[in-house]
Amino acid sequence: MLYRTAGQFKTSYYADHALFPVRQDAMLLGFILLLAFVVFPMTADEFVFKALLVPVLIYALAALGLNILTGFAGQLSLGTGAFMGVGAYACYKLVSIFPEMNIVVAIALSGFFSAAVGVAFGLPSLRIKGFYLAIATLAAQFFLVWLFEKWAWLYNYNSSGAIQVPNIDMFGVTVAGPNASAVVQYYFVLCVVSLITLLSINITRGRIGRIWKSVRDMDIAAELVGINLMKAKLSAFAVSSYIVGIAGALFVFLWRGAAEPVLFDIPLSFRVLFIAIIGGLGSILGNYLGAILIVALPVVISALPSALGLPVSSATVEHLNTMIIGALIIAFLIIEPHGLARFWAIIREKLIMWPFPH
Amino acid sequence: MNIHVSPQPTDTADDGIAPGGVLMEVRNVSLSFGGVKAITDISFDVRKGEIRAIIGPNGAGKTSMLNVINGFYTPQQGTIVFRGRERRAMKPHHAVRQGIARTFQNVALFKGMSTLDNIMAGRSVLMRRKLFWQMLWHGPALAEEIAHRRVVEEIIDFLEIQHIRRVPVGKLPYGLQKRVELGRALAMEPSLLLLDEPMAGMNLEEKEDMSRFILDVNRQRGTTIALIEHDMGVVMDLSDRVVVLDYGKKIADGPPDEVKSNQQVIDAYLGVAH
Repeated sequence: MLYRTAGQFKTSYYADHALFPVRQDAMLLGFILLLAFVVFPMTADEFVFKALLVPVLIYALAALGLNILTGFAGQLSLGTGAFMGVGAYACYKLVSIFPEMNIVVAIALSGFFSAAVGVAFGLPSLRIKGFYLAIATLAAQFFLVWLFEKWAWLYNYNSSGAIQVPNIDMFGVTVAGPNASAVVQYYFVLCVVSLITLLSINITRGRIGRIWKSVRDMDIAAELVGINLMKAKLSAFAVSSYIVGIAGALFVFLWRGAAEPVLFDIPLSFRVLFIAIIGGLGSILGNYLGAILIVALPVVISALPSALGLPVSSATVEHLNTMIIGALIIAFLIIEPHGLARFWAIIREKLIMWPFPH
Repeated sequence: MNIHVSPQPTDTADDGIAPGGVLMEVRNVSLSFGGVKAITDISFDVRKGEIRAIIGPNGAGKTSMLNVINGFYTPQQGTIVFRGRERRAMKPHHAVRQGIARTFQNVALFKGMSTLDNIMAGRSVLMRRKLFWQMLWHGPALAEEIAHRRVVEEIIDFLEIQHIRRVPVGKLPYGLQKRVELGRALAMEPSLLLLDEPMAGMNLEEKEDMSRFILDVNRQRGTTIALIEHDMGVVMDLSDRVVVLDYGKKIADGPPDEVKSNQQVIDAYLGVAH
């Protein structure tokens, strides 16, 4: 009943190409944005910012980057963690070489470094497909993490081998480093992630998005409608790695505060890939749903017993946590193999039809 | 029905060839795969505005011929002259830019995309706005999108597939998929349209519909068509001239009536005692 679309007619192509052809979708998003921009910052405490909101946003952004490559353009990649690392190290070097540079500019520029690296490691995609391409990107993963360890210039030759985020001010407010407040960091991440999400939606629903999807669905036919496969694939690698690089820079500068090479190793790649798959490949919304399931839910579950006053030991909570999350992932994949985004699409369809079955 | 000329004039818009002039010529093309000779020294031409059929028994080299024309295969010998330009090797996406579009024997659509998106994808080449404008969406990119949408909607009207506009093509029945594929090829505004068995696997009614669409495309839009088809009734009714291949060699070329009574053609189809 809430989702009744009767009476919403489109009288022009302009109206038909709107971001939300259905009014209720726009209202729902407005409500979520209200929560994110007003309600959460007013109610959340330091722990909620640091353990829930900021990581969910950053992981969702990384998954969005991967999704553009894998879900939209159909090129499987296992190097996401390393590309995040490229963004983080690039941002670190930019900030240490040009301390006066605005942090937003530094983060935006660091994306270009990971985009360049992504394109370089995307070159094999012109010859190989599917799992074989995944193995080729795996080479990027191992090589780059090795490079982060061995190339001392990257971490300014400090003895620990890790990068440490200094205090960085923007317009008189500390946004990164040990002195930054959680609310400021949250707003910073939220703005960057919202903006990139909007731009990604625009790219994926227009000409370039259609080109990527054509390559994903059938590359031979794509070539026969005049699409240059090389350009299409490499542009997907570039845009995807750019977003992943930004996510990596945010990951270190606005959340972790410090990082060592092992952080960007393959578990991070897998984590982002799981978020994209469980959220739904080829969907923008899915990245957020996936990130909430994989990143936020464990934190909520482990905080539950103490919040309810249950006498459960922390080790037991950890085990239960792993079991519950694992079971949920399997359950969701059985209910809807195409991910949470499709799950929501079906629910929405039913709501529009309600109370009729078809 | 009058189709708008695309907002950005492409080099397909006006090729300076008078109707009836030679649009494409195949000159002494030979193609082999290792020891297998698929095509041996074939020459024929396609005149502007006609429907040209390529027929022949299974394995005669018809599809290979189309693949040579649109750049999928590079012939070992011979050249293709298209709109006065001679070439041997080229990439398929260059052929599209020159104005050659094609459909496939086994449907080659983008299964995960809707009918509308599939046909819009056919216009990718004609669209110009790059990443920057695409990111902003509002402004030039949207204006371009809407201009092309208008053309695509006319193609959708023309092919009578309005009701499946939003349906992912993977869910459509075969006959409709064939129609969507024709729509995607038309969206490219080709000057030469190659159809590889447009009526394969269709029932009588669908065949009649498809024949009507092919004739309409040819007459109303002036598109030159080269088609491969096994249904002889359809071929003889539709086409202006027919070229017959057998074992990679050309055995006949001419108007349908002439070809029909050619002894070599009859032998090729019915077999002959040696």
